[in-house]
Formats: sequence, C-alpha cells, structure tokens
Amino acid sequence: MTPSESPARDRLGPTLFERSRPGRGGGKVPHPPKDALSRIPADLLRAEGPHLPEVSEPELTRHYVNLSKLNYSVDSGFYPLGSCTMKYNPKIDEWAARLAGFSELHPFAPDDLAQGTLQLLWELETALAEIGGMKAVTLQPAAGAQGELTGILMVRAYHRGRGDMVRSEVLVPDSAHGTNPATASMAGFRTISIPSAPDGGVDVEAFRSALGPRTAAVMITNPSTLGLFESRLCELLDAIHEAGALAYMDGANLNAIMGRFKPGDAGFDVMHFNTHKTFSTPHGGGGPGAGPVGVGEKLLPFLPTPRVLREPDGRFRLEAVGERSTSIGRVRAFTGNTGILVRAYAYIRAHGDSGLREVSDDAVLAANYLKSRLAGVVDVPFSRPCMHEFVASSVSLKAETGIRTLDVAKRLIDYGFHPPTIYFPLTVEEALLIEPTETESLETLDAFVEAMARIVEEAHSSPDLLHSAPHYSPVRRLDETTAARQPNLRWRAMTGSQTPCPE
Amino acid sequence: MAYGPHTNEDRARMLAAIGVESVDDLFADIPPSLRASKLELASPESEAELTVRLRGLASRNRVDLASFLGAGAYRHFTPAVVDQLLLRGEFYTAYTPYQPEISQGTLQTIYEYQSLMAELTGLDVVSASHYDGAAATAEAALMSCRATRRERVLVDRGVHPHYRETLCTYFGGASLVAEEIPLVAEGPAAGTTDLAVLERMLADADRPVAGVVVANPSFLGLLEPMAEVGRLAHAAGALFVAVVEPVSLAVLATPGDYGADIASGEGQSLGLPLSYGGPYLGILACREALVRGIPGRLVGMTTDVDGRRAFVMTLRAREQDIRRDKASSNICTNQALCALAAAMYLAALGPHGLRDVAALGAARAGELESALAAVGAPRLHPGPYLNEFAVRVPAAPAVHARLIERGILAGLPLARVLPDEPSLADALLVCATEVTTPDEIAAFAAALGDELAGAAGRGAAGREAAGREAAR
Repeated sequence: MTPSESPARDRLGPTLFERSRPGRGGGKVPHPPKDALSRIPADLLRAEGPHLPEVSEPELTRHYVNLSKLNYSVDSGFYPLGSCTMKYNPKIDEWAARLAGFSELHPFAPDDLAQGTLQLLWELETALAEIGGMKAVTLQPAAGAQGELTGILMVRAYHRGRGDMVRSEVLVPDSAHGTNPATASMAGFRTISIPSAPDGGVDVEAFRSALGPRTAAVMITNPSTLGLFESRLCELLDAIHEAGALAYMDGANLNAIMGRFKPGDAGFDVMHFNTHKTFSTPHGGGGPGAGPVGVGEKLLPFLPTPRVLREPDGRFRLEAVGERSTSIGRVRAFTGNTGILVRAYAYIRAHGDSGLREVSDDAVLAANYLKSRLAGVVDVPFSRPCMHEFVASSVSLKAETGIRTLDVAKRLIDYGFHPPTIYFPLTVEEALLIEPTETESLETLDAFVEAMARIVEEAHSSPDLLHSAPHYSPVRRLDETTAARQPNLRWRAMTGSQTPCPE
Repeated sequence: MAYGPHTNEDRARMLAAIGVESVDDLFADIPPSLRASKLELASPESEAELTVRLRGLASRNRVDLASFLGAGAYRHFTPAVVDQLLLRGEFYTAYTPYQPEISQGTLQTIYEYQSLMAELTGLDVVSASHYDGAAATAEAALMSCRATRRERVLVDRGVHPHYRETLCTYFGGASLVAEEIPLVAEGPAAGTTDLAVLERMLADADRPVAGVVVANPSFLGLLEPMAEVGRLAHAAGALFVAVVEPVSLAVLATPGDYGADIASGEGQSLGLPLSYGGPYLGILACREALVRGIPGRLVGMTTDVDGRRAFVMTLRAREQDIRRDKASSNICTNQALCALAAAMYLAALGPHGLRDVAALGAARAGELESALAAVGAPRLHPGPYLNEFAVRVPAAPAVHARLIERGILAGLPLARVLPDEPSLADALLVCATEVTTPDEIAAFAAALGDELAGAAGRGAAGREAAGREAAR
C-alpha cells in the first residue's frame, strides 16, 4: 500500500473464495449421525461436496462490512435517481418486519394462526384502494414489472371474457419505462409506440390514429417519466374507453400525487403501485420490492388468487383453491412479498391521510425548487411546473465543451452525490432525470446545485477532469466491453482468478 | 410529516425561489374535474403508537406450535451474523447497481452469490435473482421455448402446485402450451414422475416439446429419476428443467450431474425467514451455452481503467430497459437483498455446515417416519426421500385441525392444495429440518396416536350404530 492511495480504494478486497482456508468456520449447527444419509441410494447423492468457502465469522463480518462501504446508499447521501424515488427508509419498518409473529409465520399456516398478518394485508389492500381510487387491490405481485404483467393479463382475460378476441395491441408512449413494452410482449400483445408532443405529453393526434378495435389497453405513466402531469388526460381516457380499450396506469410516479389525484376515480381501470418507491420499502440493491395492483369494477373478477377475504364475523381468510373460477390464476407462490408489505403498511400508518398528501406536496415542492435553481446551470427543456421529478439536459454543455451527460454524472460521484438517472427518458437528448424526494433537506438540495454549477465550470476550464471522472470512487470507469465479450460470471475454484486479488 | 426535514420556513423559501404563492399552484396541470377527493385514511400515528399497533398485529399470529410444515417453505436455523450484516444500510438502502463505480459492494456480492449457486447447482450461469421459485420456474419454461423455438412444455405433477399454476398463468399470456406429466399410481415408484407416459408424450412428432420440468425432491418429498428424465428429454430434442431446493444440493446429485440444461428453485431455505411467503429468492441457472437467453440481471468480473479488478452488470442487451418489447423478460426489480442473505448464509455455514443441515434434516425425518408409522400413520409412497414425505392419515384435514389445539402444526393436509388428486385425500405432507427436536417428534407422534385411537373408537362406535340402524 502506498500513502498516495485514497482510503476508499484500500477497501477493495478479496472474494469470499480467496479468503477461504480449509478448516475455518464451523460451530453453527450440530453434527448429524454418521448414517444420516444411508437410507438414500448412493446414485442419487452428489459424489463430491460443493466448493463453498470456509471462512471464520470475524472474517465474514469484515468481508461484508468492507464491501458495504463500497456502496453509495440513501443512508449515506443524496440519491436523486429519477423514476426510482430513493427516499429515506424508516428504521421502524425494518424492526416491524422482523417481529417473530410476522417473520416466523409459515405461508401455509392455517388462517386461524395467521389472523394478524391477514388483517394487516386486508387493511393494506383497503388503504391502497383508497389512495388509488380503485375498487380492490391484490398484493401478490413481487415487483412493479410483475404488477404490470398481472394487470395486462387481467385486461386480456376481460376482453376474452366478453368474446372479444381481436384486441392484440397495447399502446405505450415512447417515454415509458422499458418494462411496459416488455410486459405487453410477455402477455402476448404487440406494442404500438406513441410519440410525445413537444410539450412532453402524449401526442393526441398520433394517439387517436393508433387507437382502434385492436387496442386492448393503453399504458400511461402519470405523471410521465418527464415528471409532467398528463394535462390532456380527460381527452385520452375518454378516447380509450370509446374505443372499447382499458386504461392502465403505471404507478411508478405515484409519489407526486397522493391526495391530489386518484387514478381509479379519474377513470383508469387498472394500476400498479411500487411499494419500494412510494411507500419507502428499501430498494435492497435491486430488490425485493412489491407491486400491488388496483382494479376497478371491470377487472374485479379476474384478480389473481388467492385474495384476502374478511368474513361477516370479522375474521380473515384466504380464498380456497378453485373458489373463484374467473381469476387469471397465480403469478407466484403463496400470497406475496409479505415482509415488504409489513413495511409498506407501517409507512402508510405512520403518515395517515394528511401525512401522505404532505409527502407528495413536499416531493413536488422540492423538485420544483431544484428545477428553478438548476435552470441557470444546465438546460431544463420543460418550463412548466414539474411533479416530483424533472428532466435536465446537457445538450448545450455538450455543444459548448464536448462534455456529455455521462461525464457530468461521473463527476457528481467525486462531489459525493449519486448521479441522477441518465439517458432516460429516451425522448430527451443527453437527459438527466432528477428526483430529489421529500426527505432531502434544503441544505442538501443547495449543495447539489452548487456541485452542478462547479461541474459546469470545470467543463469549460478543465474538461479532461470530467472525461476521466470519477477520480475518488473505489474504482474508476470500467471495461464493460470485455465484460460482455468474455463473460466471467462465476468464480472458478480450480482455475483461480483471472485477474489478481487486490491484496 | 414523519420523516420529512422541511420546516415551514424552508417551504416558504422554496416557494419564493420557484415564484409561486402556494404548493397548490404546482398542481395546476391536474384538470379540475380529476382532482382527488379527500383521502379517507386513518390519522397519522406517532412511532410509539405505531409500535404498539404492530406488536399487537404480530402477536395475533401464532408461531409457537411445534411445526412439521414445509411444502416449499422451510424452517431453518439462521446464524445471527447474517441478519446483523443485512442491516447495513449501505446494502439495503442502495438501488440497482447501475453506477458501478459506487456500487462495487452490491456487485461483488451478486458475483459471489452467482458463484456459490453455480457450485450448488453444478451449472455455470446463475442469474442475480428472480421473484421466487414459482416465477423462476415459469421463466425457465419460457426460456426453454425461446431456446428451442417450440411451444409445448411438459410439467410433472410432482412440481409444487403453486409453481404449476404460476407457469400456467405466464403461459396463458404467451399462448404457449403446458401439459402435465402424471405421477405413477402404485408400486415402488408410486408418487414419482411416470416415465412411460413421459416417453409417449415426447414421441408426438407433430407437437415437439421445448422443455421437460421435473422437481427433485418433488412437492411430495420424493427423489425423482432425474438422470432418466434428462435422457428422455434430450432424445426428443427438448431441454431439461430441474426444479431444485438448494439446501438439498449439499448432498443430492446436482442438475449439472444429471444433465439438466436449466435449474430453477426457491432459495428461501438459505437463511431467509418464512415471513408468510416472501420476500423469497427465485433461483435460475443454466448451462453456459444458454447464457444469452437467460432472463434477469447478470454480474461479471472485469477491470477498471487502472487495471483494478471490478464487477459490473453485463450482457445487458437481454434486458427490458435496453431491448424493450424484444427483451427476454420484463423483470427489473428482483430479490437482490435475498440473494445477499443467501450468500451470507452459505458463507457462514461453509461446505460442512450446509451438509450438516441437509443430513441432520434427513436424520430427523427418518426418526419422524418411524415415530409416525408406529402410531399408525405410515408413509404413503415407498420411494426414497430426503427430509419430507406424505403419511396416510384418515380424515387428515380434521385431524390436522385437532392437532393444532394440542400445539402441533402437523404439516399440510394435501387435500387443501391438491383437491383434484383423490389418492392424496387422506394424507399429510410433513417435514423435518435440523431445527426439529426429538421432543417435538415424540409430542407429534403421541398426539397423532391419540387422535387415531380416538377416531378408531369413534369409527367403531359409528359402525355399530349404523349396524343397529340397518338391522332394524
């Protein structure tokens, strides 16, 4: 180690496999009798045990603690990742999910043993239905994308149930998340992409000409991925229903509109919620989340099975196998990511009616503040008030200095911030999608503006600094081409490392 | 607001900087006719009040019974170090590692998870995670269709019923065909996949098969003839999908050993709490040749511009944010933190610890089999099993309910999940793991013995009464 190396870099460490020494570890579970497996025919057993690492508990602890320090997280700093709602994750929610009564409950426990969890799930469904203006909610989908699939499969079942077999298309605005078209394909539909109008909304003319007797559903992200409320929504919803199609709302951006807009009351037939965005269940480095789906009257019969039911005597139960023949069926085993739903329930209870509206008000206020402060620093293509996020762009900066959005993002890392979402939505060149959330202080927002202003100065004065950024992160820009051309996706115990251990 | 930092003064400063009078002005784009009615929800609750509420709900669940319930979700001992480390906010409050320079912690742990799971399954490519065993199995079946450009998949009835239902839901959307392979009705192979029928189903040249999906151990706990299934599938040009349980792979032959092309399964048993069904861990693995068709994230090893070893998400052209409607799946958010927990669990136990978990579960299950047989509840199927099996108990659902009153959760009455399988109407599916104690086994056997003796008494009395009725 040399003194010039930054402390952060020193934490890069060996893999579990490099730490392994035969004979380390142990003491966690009792030993079985020697003949434990003798009743199983030898040809059904594995010949040689798996090459798992052998590490002691202190080494294991340091391994993961030091790895954790290589991560940027909400707990360590500002994470304005647009469309991801990286808000603070309350600690009581983690505590609640770990209560033995919740965490040790088996998913096949008879209903009589599960009344606490069933009540929680039923109350959560009721609260989400109220927030979304929907008739009913299923908590089964494990993530937003699975919620989308659930919703679109219900749309398919609805049309087929009416004997309408010709609806083979789903309309999706070009600013949508990639999950929308991917979902449509998985559910057996063709995606028709609708262009955006210059003001960021859906191009109504293009929309009307694409809409027709083959349209099964229209998926609308509202507010849109540009952070704008779809101002011509009445017109769009009327046209969708006149054409006999259903309106799907992607609820990814619900954090902007709680208590201000209820999608179901406005005319949407189906929507999904992302508990890991709006209701602050942790993102976990990529998951788990939960993607509850709300439906109006039309899709009620098609909800996945089992539903949580409340009996007249106040007891709760799960639907039995085969109880509701119109259901699309299951989209996963058991009832859902219950541990995540406990967290979402706690979050909604803590905020209540006034608190959830305040969440959205403060999220929108913070985004508009940041937008107004950044307007003189980088391009801000849409000047009307934004919702909880907004799009900025480095188009001018690139023209003046050759510095791209990627360089700005990487330099933000050196200033101690997580970069915004970049190059999304696809409809804005050199896009930076910025979502501050309601849990960031004014001091943090101001510090971010200052960092952006200094980066823009640097783009003019010392562009090389940005081209080669980040400089102070644990590693610098990566060779992604080689990673894809010669994939190394697992450690090979027998061949050792292809590249040397950093130690 | 509970977690917001803004004072009214902060809000006034922000409004002034934006140049609007009130926050209502920022919502002017919402058409007046579409503005929401008031939220009808309860009032905000302080953390102290909320704590009491949550404790109250948790205590309404009963988790104090001696449990023999498995059926796809298993009680295991989790070393304390696993949850302590999972509580690092740097792990659980991070997003998907799209910025690799400041996500090496998450990326290296996913790479290590992939490597550990490759060791267990004997397959080289492991996705970063799927939602659960059911969704992973559905994705595996879809993958077999894409890889073979065929539209028909055969699913064994020994696969978990929830996985089969999920697969059907996914297949309904894609207009693909899933057909079930029946179980052998009687004899030494009773309850396992019917190889003769499978062979006939595969022989239909007009309807070529994309994939054959069989679980080992099966939902009924039985060990299946996996090598033979693989030979039949491959002879017909189909892929072989093995549905596996990862703790069992410490001791059982692996998908790699018996020639599976794809493995899927539920990773909950690797240190994840039962939590009434989730969050769990969908395992999906495949042979190297299929790497460009596997759905879900993959992390690979590479270097940075200074030549330092580093990790990055790779082969991204398969994913929805790049390929949109041509992606291999719509999956985005997965179960990353559950994969991290599984990796920590495997590292904490090590190869010998994991083998001990599997073997001790098998030993306890053997004791359970003997104890239940001795009180008149013999196994339903004769074939080999690891740590879960079905026993014959007349009027199983009613007996199961009465045993709860005696503090015993006597597994799963199979009629509850497989009402269409008459041979299972009088059966309980029971399991033992390393946390099952000899005392619990003795208590279960004693209580079941009482119930069966009582039922026999009631049954004899009933027959006598019926006889008197008939004689009159």
